Amino acid sequence: MERLMECHELSFAYEGVTVVSALDFAINQGDYLFVMGENGAGKTTLINGLLRLIEPWTGGVFMAQGFSRSDIGYLPQQTAAQKDFPAGALEIVLSGFLPTCGLRPFYNREEKKMAASALRRLGVHDLRNRCFRELSGGQQRRVLLARALCAARRMLILDEPTAGLDPMAAEGLYALLRELNDGGMAVVMVSHDLHGAARHASHILHLGGAEPFYGSLEEFRATETGGRLFLRVAGRGREEGDAIG
Amino acid sequence: MVELFLLLSKSPSHAIELLSEGGSYTIKLLSEMFAYVFLVRALAVGLLVSLCAALLGVSLVLKRYSMIGDGLSHVAFFALALATALHAAPLPVAVPVVVLAACLLLRLSERSKIKGDAAIALISTGALAVGVIIISKSTGMNTDVCNYLFGSILAMRVSDVILSVILSVMVLVLFVLFYNKIFAITFDEGFARASGVNTNGYNLLIAMLTALTIVLGMRMMGALLITGLIIFPALSSMRVCKRFGRVVVCSAVVSVLCFFLGVVASYVFSIPTGACVVAVNIVAFLVFSFAGVLKESLEL
Ligand SMILES: Nc1ncnc2c1ncn2[C@@H]1O[C@H](COP(=O)(O)OP(=O)(O)O)[C@@H](O)[C@H]1O
Ligand SMILES: [Mg+2]
Repeated sequence: MERLMECHELSFAYEGVTVVSALDFAINQGDYLFVMGENGAGKTTLINGLLRLIEPWTGGVFMAQGFSRSDIGYLPQQTAAQKDFPAGALEIVLSGFLPTCGLRPFYNREEKKMAASALRRLGVHDLRNRCFRELSGGQQRRVLLARALCAARRMLILDEPTAGLDPMAAEGLYALLRELNDGGMAVVMVSHDLHGAARHASHILHLGGAEPFYGSLEEFRATETGGRLFLRVAGRGREEGDAIG
Repeated sequence: MVELFLLLSKSPSHAIELLSEGGSYTIKLLSEMFAYVFLVRALAVGLLVSLCAALLGVSLVLKRYSMIGDGLSHVAFFALALATALHAAPLPVAVPVVVLAACLLLRLSERSKIKGDAAIALISTGALAVGVIIISKSTGMNTDVCNYLFGSILAMRVSDVILSVILSVMVLVLFVLFYNKIFAITFDEGFARASGVNTNGYNLLIAMLTALTIVLGMRMMGALLITGLIIFPALSSMRVCKRFGRVVVCSAVVSVLCFFLGVVASYVFSIPTGACVVAVNIVAFLVFSFAGVLKESLEL
């Protein structure tokens, strides 16, 4: 599998206070990395670091040759956009093609078609001409997911994608990610939904606690923390009558 | 209007005569205005500057950077005071000073939204104070000060016309060729930066173009009033339009129209131009707010 990104001795700090310390991991083509940790464990910080939106405190993020930020589709945890921003759903999704546009001032027909199909895959195609600020929280989230899909050529980085989605939509998203991942797309997902999201993961990155963990799902389950977390989820799964994969 | 309607129903021929009289009055007024070379110059600069201010204003207002415009106009006042004291031409002094200030203010507001706000207020009052001190120690507090603060339509030279043509070409090119990028940066700067767009470069470019717009516009509009030209058209359009592109186009049209009407009104009623233009913009804002409410209630 082709290596896309490597992180060595990666730590982040805000005003001298370390929030993520000494991470070593790599992301290959076709990987499905599940990033977990409690609130404030530094997941969003790590994502921003991977996207080079913030500078690392120590170490660094190294992108393989032929791989760059413009191959990544990204869903932020929170959008900085204001509540009263005038924008249509479709034009927001189209802005996912920004990196491929280069200096071309307009989006071409192909890109418009792809944007429409991304909206359709997320079930918000009929909202394409609506004003973004008039959509519900979950609908806005889906529009931004569609934008991330348009931007993602080789890697998809999602920060809590299912927050605000209804259970059906979340299931649909997992299926979609599975499909993309099978096609070779690297997926990096931050989520608290152990029950639903972790089952497709090839790797787990657990932040917080005494020591960060990076390894495969099986390895993580063998650790004390991993065992505890998954037992709890599996137990709840049995109570609810559906097994976890 | 009602009287005219009544008249129209009673004696149509007389009413039409009145109407055409109104039309010919307008034509007479405009041809009278255009006979003054300084007025034509002022109109040319003003229309171009209000176009630029409206376009840049949409981005500034949506990014919550309106304060930068206000800060820059105060710094521009300081620069003009300096130029007067040095007996130098205003533009060569003001342009570099205000462009530098734009870079500084942008840095401050990027660092932290709240601290940046206070820092901008600090710089703008500081610049105003130093400007007043410079003037009172050199030429003394005379009509110049009043003109800088509230604007004078007599101040425009041929060099201003040339510079404003160059500026508006630059702003128009920026908005036509890089519209998608400006949209993305304004909507979600983090995403745009993650996509590899040079957001800092665009922000700097917008701040610098704003600086030029303010330097060009403030001698006519006045340091205390020029911010209105940047903020009002964007705010008015946002009442009615719900697409970024429409807001941009609508702001440009509203701004140019308001400026023209403002200048005509200032000529007819002998009111300072800057105040008149801002007043017309306020009326437009009220009309648009009302239209927005009306539109929403009709849709629901
Ligand atoms: N801009 C910031 N300035 C200072 N501290 C921050 C900033 N952003 C996050 N933090 C701190 O860093 C820690 C990790 O935050 P974050 O990465 O958002 O956590 P998570 O996404 O895992 O919930 C938190 O303790 C938070 O208070
Ligand atoms: Mg987070």
